[in-house]
Amino acid sequence: MIKVQNLVKTFGSFTAVNDISFEVGEGEIFAFLGPNGAGKTTTIKMLTTLLRPTGGSIELDGLDPQARQNDVRKRFGIVFQDPSLDGDLTAWENMEIHGVLYHVPHKVRRERTEELLRLFELWERRNDQVKKFSGGMKRRLEIARGFLHTPRILFLDEPTLGLDPQSRNQLWTHVKKLNETERVTVFLTTHYMDEADRVAHRIGIIDHGKLAAQGTPQEIKAQTGAATLEDAFLALTGSTIREEEASSADKMRQFAKMWSGGRR
Amino acid sequence: MKAIYILWLRELKRYVRSRAQIVASLGNPLLYLLVLGFGLGPVFQRAGNGNYFQFVAPGVIAMSVLFSSIFSGLGLLWDRQFGFLKETLVAPVPRLQIMIGRTMGGATVALIQGLLICTVCVIAGFRPAHLATVPIAFGFMVLIALLFAALGVAIGSSLQDMQGFQLIMNFLVMPIYFLSGALFPLTGLPTVLSYVTKADPLAYGIDGMRHMLLGRSSFDPMLDFAVMAIVGAVLMVVGAYRFSKIEI
Repeated sequence: MIKVQNLVKTFGSFTAVNDISFEVGEGEIFAFLGPNGAGKTTTIKMLTTLLRPTGGSIELDGLDPQARQNDVRKRFGIVFQDPSLDGDLTAWENMEIHGVLYHVPHKVRRERTEELLRLFELWERRNDQVKKFSGGMKRRLEIARGFLHTPRILFLDEPTLGLDPQSRNQLWTHVKKLNETERVTVFLTTHYMDEADRVAHRIGIIDHGKLAAQGTPQEIKAQTGAATLEDAFLALTGSTIREEEASSADKMRQFAKMWSGGRR
Repeated sequence: MKAIYILWLRELKRYVRSRAQIVASLGNPLLYLLVLGFGLGPVFQRAGNGNYFQFVAPGVIAMSVLFSSIFSGLGLLWDRQFGFLKETLVAPVPRLQIMIGRTMGGATVALIQGLLICTVCVIAGFRPAHLATVPIAFGFMVLIALLFAALGVAIGSSLQDMQGFQLIMNFLVMPIYFLSGALFPLTGLPTVLSYVTKADPLAYGIDGMRHMLLGRSSFDPMLDFAVMAIVGAVLMVVGAYRFSKIEI
């Protein structure tokens, strides 16, 4: 479903993604792990048509994301690291706009919205403004929305950041369920290793723009002789903390935190 | 087309639902209208320029349109990182349609805001000299709204963080307003000032509105229209181009 070969992305003299290759099969849940600044988000941006690769090739469902942007965009759903819901609109309206933008026919749109909102336990709150929702509810709504146009692939960029264990658990249960019933391929990133261990069929670990390891969680643990995925991750990527310059997005994030009193 | 419509509708819904913001955004124009309008009235009268309240009302209406439309565009800065906009940028819809939907939405909201101030003006005693040309004055309001919504999009797409916002506010938006002749007549100004005001597109918009509402103006109304239409079209193209270059 996803086929990446010798992918390279450079920003000036900095190489964010350095010659990585991997494949994700149909219906697979693939966790893409790595320390901050390892190249995860850059890779997702290239996979989702937002960034043009410097070199290498990408195929999503057999299509090149840059050459056939709109066809590729119809085929995936995405949940970004930062919220992308409209807080002034209701849950229903957020779904509605998404459906229109993805050319989902009116009738299908209504039926599927109801089905998904019920599944994600948001149906009762469909006419409430999203700004009144808790962090977990917002996340659930974003994922429900990502499924609305029946994508073949769902990208989740740190979807559980800032959620309590209950919400995280529930969220993965839903994602797994849809992965099974709709055979949707899931490509996710997270910093919670236990999550990746439980949810993912296969894992890729990226560090300094290079793929350090890939395989099933068991294989990766066996490869490093570690008991847990977290130990394996640390063995592969070292324990130095990555110092990053704050990007403009980070500055905005801080600003947003200040204004919302630390809640997302 | 449907994408443009739904994004336009979204801007409208957001506006209608943020009542506190509507009230807050009326405060500034009302201050100008009532305090300056009545406060400077006697001086203006003595200088032989007639009724200042009548004179300043179109300027204040244009001001509320200016601020509302340019802010809707600047809001992109926020919206593309923490808002709904990001979601639209990965949708299978051409960026141009997204830009048009949003700009039209912002312009419509600005117009409603302008009409609200209009109503307040009429209640406070503003009377257009010619009723027949009021629709043309409204046409100038539409041009102002579109022009500055496009300018806002062009800037909002280019800004990287919140610091730039203050800069734009103090070195672009406020000068555009103060140099537009919203508050004083543009005739008989010192040479430098008169050149600077002629470079301000809002000056032509307000001049056109005044001509149609009060029958007094500094420029030819055809010139007003031509400048607004041409600058507006250019800014639309620039805005669409900058918008197409947004990286998230």
